Amino acid sequence: MESLLPILLILIAAAFAPLLQRVPGRVAGWGLALLPGAFFIHFLTLLPAVQNGGERLFTLPWIPTLGISLSFRFEGLSLLFALLVLGVGALVLVYAGGYLAGHARRGRFFSFMLLFMASMLGVVLADNLLLLFVFWEMTSIASYLLIGFYTDKEKSRRSALQALLVTGFGGLALLAGIILTGVAGGSYDIAALLSSEEALRTHGLYLPALLLILLGAFTKSAQVPFHFWLPGAMAAPAPVSAYLHSATMVKAGVYLLARLNPVFGGTEEWHYLLTLAGGATMVIGAFLAAPQTDLKRLLAYSTVSALGMLVMLIGLSTDLAAKAAMVFLVVHSLYKGALFMVAGVIDHQAGSRDVRELHGLARVMPFTAAAAFLAALSMTGFPPLLGFIGKELMYEAKMQAPSASVFLLVAGVLANAVNIAVALIVGMRPFVGRKPVRPGRAHEGPVSLWLGPLLLGLGGLVFGLFPSLIGRTLIEPAVQSVRAEHVDVALKLWHGINPVLMLSLLTIVVGVLMFLLRLRARRVAAELRVPELLLPGGLYRRVVDALPGAAGRMVRHVQSGYLRAYLFTILVVFILLAGYTFLKLPGWPIDTGFGDVSFYSVGLVVLMIAATIMVLVARTRLVAIAALGVIGFGIAAIYVIYSAPDLAITQILVETLTVLIFLFVIRHLPRFGVRSSVPTQLRDAVVAVFSGIVVTLYSLKASGVQLDTAISTFFAENSLPAAFGRNVVNVILVDFRAMDTLGEVTVLAVAAIGVYAMMKLRRGNGRVS
Amino acid sequence: MSAVILRIATKYLSPVLLIVSLVLLLRGHNDPGGGFIGGLLAASGLALQALAYGSARARRLLRYDPRTFIGGGLLLALSSGIPALLSGEPWLKGYWWKPELPLLGALPLGTPLWFDIGIYFTVIGFTLTIVFALAEHDEREEY
Amino acid sequence: MHLLIAILSGVLFAAGVWLILRRSLARLVLGLILISHSASLVIFTSGGLQHAEPPLVEKGATALQTPFADPLPQALILTAIVISFGLFAFFLVLIKRAHQETGTDDIDAMSEVES
Repeated sequence: MESLLPILLILIAAAFAPLLQRVPGRVAGWGLALLPGAFFIHFLTLLPAVQNGGERLFTLPWIPTLGISLSFRFEGLSLLFALLVLGVGALVLVYAGGYLAGHARRGRFFSFMLLFMASMLGVVLADNLLLLFVFWEMTSIASYLLIGFYTDKEKSRRSALQALLVTGFGGLALLAGIILTGVAGGSYDIAALLSSEEALRTHGLYLPALLLILLGAFTKSAQVPFHFWLPGAMAAPAPVSAYLHSATMVKAGVYLLARLNPVFGGTEEWHYLLTLAGGATMVIGAFLAAPQTDLKRLLAYSTVSALGMLVMLIGLSTDLAAKAAMVFLVVHSLYKGALFMVAGVIDHQAGSRDVRELHGLARVMPFTAAAAFLAALSMTGFPPLLGFIGKELMYEAKMQAPSASVFLLVAGVLANAVNIAVALIVGMRPFVGRKPVRPGRAHEGPVSLWLGPLLLGLGGLVFGLFPSLIGRTLIEPAVQSVRAEHVDVALKLWHGINPVLMLSLLTIVVGVLMFLLRLRARRVAAELRVPELLLPGGLYRRVVDALPGAAGRMVRHVQSGYLRAYLFTILVVFILLAGYTFLKLPGWPIDTGFGDVSFYSVGLVVLMIAATIMVLVARTRLVAIAALGVIGFGIAAIYVIYSAPDLAITQILVETLTVLIFLFVIRHLPRFGVRSSVPTQLRDAVVAVFSGIVVTLYSLKASGVQLDTAISTFFAENSLPAAFGRNVVNVILVDFRAMDTLGEVTVLAVAAIGVYAMMKLRRGNGRVS
Repeated sequence: MSAVILRIATKYLSPVLLIVSLVLLLRGHNDPGGGFIGGLLAASGLALQALAYGSARARRLLRYDPRTFIGGGLLLALSSGIPALLSGEPWLKGYWWKPELPLLGALPLGTPLWFDIGIYFTVIGFTLTIVFALAEHDEREEY
Repeated sequence: MHLLIAILSGVLFAAGVWLILRRSLARLVLGLILISHSASLVIFTSGGLQHAEPPLVEKGATALQTPFADPLPQALILTAIVISFGLFAFFLVLIKRAHQETGTDDIDAMSEVES
């Protein structure tokens, strides 16, 4: 129940959050933060339980026939993520209370945030892959709603749709991948898959399943080439960027990869695909970040870069890399969450997010500045912050990588250097230097605005000074989940002077140089138009713009509006399918014998065929109707010959009445003219002839089939004893199947009402006359 | 128009048609016939009247609007299931009475006949609704 | 005789198909009527053809004496005949009204009048 209860309660809170509209925003923020805060503390007390690989499963059957159960799993990795979701979540809710204090729709905002929080908890706690998928999609929807929160801005709406389409596309791929995994592994439960991983890895569906799941994880975690939606998502309010788009949701892909590492990992494909995609994302994200001037875009691109690092580390598949990934995950969530909130505060309090306009803010916003300094220091990887430990571990993991370690190291140093420059631009530059341009306006925000970033920043410092606080308790169980074996994690701040330290120093030097050269870098980038070159967003836009037109063309093509065209399609499909089936049918011999053919029956059939031709070629309506009558009476004659007196009488009467009604109607209609061209007529004739052939063939085959006579025999035997009727056909109609007959006469009644209404309605007034 | 022949024929034919339709209806359970056939035949008789003398006369012969026949017929057919329901059987299951009559012997009366009469009237109503609607439409246009 | 009736069904169906692909509404109805005739015949023959053995229980017997014409397809077709009659009556009136309102029975011309 540890897993289900928080999700349920937060969902319930989400349902009622819109009611908080009347409560002042800050009060609502503090109040709502209590919920995740309480669960955060509760989960902390569970830390010892997961230390030595202990895990708890909780299962409720949901759709047992499909192998879908509400099963949750509680161990190292999920606990680490759950703590991030709840801890950062509580701080962000407080922050959001201050950020949107006077906003007219803040109730709705809180509702979306809580919806996301519950979904994200679901993602990290679900043990059933299909259940995970449901929560996964819920996070995408919550993200869509939150990015598009400023519904009056077109950019918001467009970015929201973009994020939804990209992650939704990945979600579909993920679903397909999950189903393939279930087919190959025999279960959708991760716990069960863990024990059958060997069978899965050698299964023929391994590669397709892997590729599809990677597609899902890469779109969610903004890996190249799907990274372009993340900078767009910066249209969301700052709390959303801090929470969803840096600390939690974008890490869902990373979570999935880490979670499935014991199942899918350890193969060449896994190693190369993840290292390559992650490495490319790391470098490209960094280079896209460098020339940016908007605080949030700077952070967004550096987040892309960091997500690439995480994916690459998981792809390395070593104990050390897993350790580095888990530490860096915590580091990044702490500093990036803080910096996004700081960017929001600056925007909120100083009215700009452009780094070229911001300076000297430390004098008026001391607490925010302190939070920013701490977070930026951690981001640069300065000792004694946690970021330093993270970076050391990362370099160590790359040095010991199974392949291409030099390449990885060079790329790593470059990306990290850019991140240092970004940290300095975002976390230092706006706070130092000349007095702010509009000092009267810029001022420190309320507690709710700086508490969250400050706590996250302090976290980086405290855990850096005392790494053992999280080493064995939090990181070790998580690494154990990733590697599926016990890995000793003893985090230390100081490793002595070694190559890794040298690399760290080198990175810092390069990073500071880049910071100093940032103005030139922006100029060069502006000339090269790097972002446009590297953004597949252009392709996305072209596809999205072209879709409505293509859909319209398709509809115009398929829905021509001509009855003939539809009928033609139906008939051609009928001929092809029925003809194909006929050829495939085994056994049934066609009865082609003439049997008891008498001269009058031959004469009858010849007469009817002649009448049919008359109907076809008739130029006047009267001839056509007369010929139709001949056919009808001919059919009645067939019924007479073959022992169906009721049918014969009915047919004669109906035929008479039909001709009568036809006469009423048709004398007002124009003569039959030839309206189609000769090729059209030929084409129709071909279709008609083939349809007729199919019908003849099936009729012959059907009469050769020995039908099951049980029903007919029942009627034949019970008609008189049970229903007191000698006319079996009539008994069927009024007794055995009376209900069907009742339905039929009801149809007649409805048709009569329709006819009556049509004849009485007059054009124009629409009233019954 | 050579309506004279039609009128004379109609004069003698349509009563015969109506009577035969009743015979067909009643004997339908044992011999060819029944509600559909009887109803169509009766409707043909009245349609002949409409064709020969105009729909007003046919309507007079019918006394009630054909739509009333539809409703009444459906109601009869629906209600024929009630005796079975009351005796605990599924709805529309046949239910029989066999009253002993002095001259005729045991007369088999059952809900299926009741049901068939409902169909008879529905079919008459349906056919004549259409025929009258078309005929009156034409008559209106000719004036 | 199966063969003859099967060919007849095919001819009726083919003629019906050709007629429903025309532009005239009246021919559309003619085509539908032919197709429904064809369908009735197919059902009728697939139940087996029996000479002079109507599904009527003879006096003195309690059940139909084999061989007998199968009553089940007959009941189905009887229903089908009446229902198609209802359908065509409705459709004919529809055509009449449509012609009256649009002045044509050309399906294509009608859709233009509509728009």
